Amino acid sequence: MNKLIIPDLINSLNSILPEIVLSFTLVAIILSDLIFHKNKKYLPYISLIGLIITFVFLINQFGKSDPAFPVSSQLSLLSLDPFSLFFKVIILVSSFLIVLFSISSKEIESGSNRHGEYYGLLFGMIIGMFFMISANDLILIYLSLELLSLSSYILAGFVKTSLRNSEASLKYLIYGAASSGIMLFGISILYGIFGSTNLQEINALINTPAASQLTFLISVILIFAGIGFKISIVPFHFWTPDVYEGAPITITAFLSVASKAAGFAVLIRFLKVTFIDSFTGNGYWQLIGYIDWQTLLIIIAIITMTFGNFAALWQDNLKRMLAYSSIAHAGYLMLGVSVLSDQGLIAVLVYFFIYMFMNLGAFYVVMLIANKINSEEIDDYTGIGYSLPFLGTVLGLFLVSLTGLPPTAGFIGKLYLFIALVDANMITVAIIALLNTVVSLYYYIRVLRVMFLIKSDKTVSINLSPLSFVVLMFMAIPTLVLGIYFSPLVSFAKESVQLLGF
Amino acid sequence: MEVGLNHFLVVSTLLFSMGIYAIVTRKNAILVLMGIELILNSANINFIAFSRYGNFGLQGHLIALFVIVLAAAEAAIALAIVLNIYKTLSTVNIDEIDNLKD
Repeated sequence: MNKLIIPDLINSLNSILPEIVLSFTLVAIILSDLIFHKNKKYLPYISLIGLIITFVFLINQFGKSDPAFPVSSQLSLLSLDPFSLFFKVIILVSSFLIVLFSISSKEIESGSNRHGEYYGLLFGMIIGMFFMISANDLILIYLSLELLSLSSYILAGFVKTSLRNSEASLKYLIYGAASSGIMLFGISILYGIFGSTNLQEINALINTPAASQLTFLISVILIFAGIGFKISIVPFHFWTPDVYEGAPITITAFLSVASKAAGFAVLIRFLKVTFIDSFTGNGYWQLIGYIDWQTLLIIIAIITMTFGNFAALWQDNLKRMLAYSSIAHAGYLMLGVSVLSDQGLIAVLVYFFIYMFMNLGAFYVVMLIANKINSEEIDDYTGIGYSLPFLGTVLGLFLVSLTGLPPTAGFIGKLYLFIALVDANMITVAIIALLNTVVSLYYYIRVLRVMFLIKSDKTVSINLSPLSFVVLMFMAIPTLVLGIYFSPLVSFAKESVQLLGF
Repeated sequence: MEVGLNHFLVVSTLLFSMGIYAIVTRKNAILVLMGIELILNSANINFIAFSRYGNFGLQGHLIALFVIVLAAAEAAIALAIVLNIYKTLSTVNIDEIDNLKD
């Protein structure tokens, strides 16, 4: 037995090459920060190179479905399947963009002597998310979730002298630590019931009568507290507006896309691997459990998006408005999960890929304008469509796409979601989601109205650097093109619904 | 009377409840963080008790070790953030730190 462990470990190292490259980049960043502490200009470029190499190794894993770090002949700690690959691509692309954002951010520039910490912790977050996405064991999920959280607590308060940075960081820390502690208590009860923390093993033991239903239910609800905090669904959303408004805008954008993606990946894996009973022919999942999962998820999803959309109506700060809008989008994505079928999962993946471009894009334009006018209040955007026609138009594009109007990509995301809902005979739910989209139209278009229909005598001028222009186009072009030509994305998503062992 | 699994579970549940109570009612950030430590340690007691009385091997003990290390890291980061708040605002009362509100 003992002799078998070492070759298994060495073989497994081959399947986590992307994570290894990320860790080496983290070490390289810290070392070069220590050795060349006079000049920190090249730190973002080390990060970019690390991310590109990671991407190359990740592409090598395309189409493979391997277990890594086996604990017995069937069970493993990590599962590297097409599903995790899809989410890892999302995280890598968004991290790449966030590093590019950070180069042109004035907020991050102000702490330039601490750039080593900034990029190092950013890589801490990325490694945490990578392990979280493919983790197949509750303890590994918990540890990687904490690695992600601990790095992001510090990054949320990166500018130490800024009052709102510090406040965001404290609030994130208190809510985050409490909810992950509650999650750990849930895991400990689950361990007591089943004697294991492996998701597949729990799935095999779940039907034995030894498990008390009430205890089991309580432990699962406690675990949902930890995951729900990461994706900011309604009972656990309190931190979102404050942290998103207070944190540096690059970190806000990263939290709203990458950390949410990791949270959703864990949620889907936890639901599907732990509770799956059987598949009906057309890709619907039959979940075991003592409660009606579908109704529970639908209720959470509807409350989440209704709350997010209505609260966003009253916001005067663009960053805070985008925070509420990201809560609403978490609601739409939950709706895709609640279909509990492969088609619903495809809708979630497509939606997430598109959401990444449009949400990051909106934050980037807000950042570029805030660099100049030092404000994110919507009132300060008066007439910006005239003085900055290019930036105004691009922001308009992203906001229209977030609403989900054709011909932008956001429409395709919503379309696939509604098709999945209608196919599963959830017409009422689809109508509620549609009405929610109408509500969201009001607050997105309000920004456009302020920018383009109200004249202002103040003129703002921004000299867009070539880098910023390229980054903007990198997000604006997919937002437009994926609205018209989306079949490659959909087929990529279709190949990615495969979880290990299913 | 012999000490059994139930005794440990009662202690851990009490600790958990006290932790939640501290998080909900305390105004001082440091006391809230102490509540969080209580929750983590209650989970640790659970892990070790289950692993000892359920004959699950040493896995529970290992998990508890991981959690202890993690709790230390979390405490270090939390105290650094609270210290930074104290430097800028000269208070650690959570109710007074409310500049970000609608």
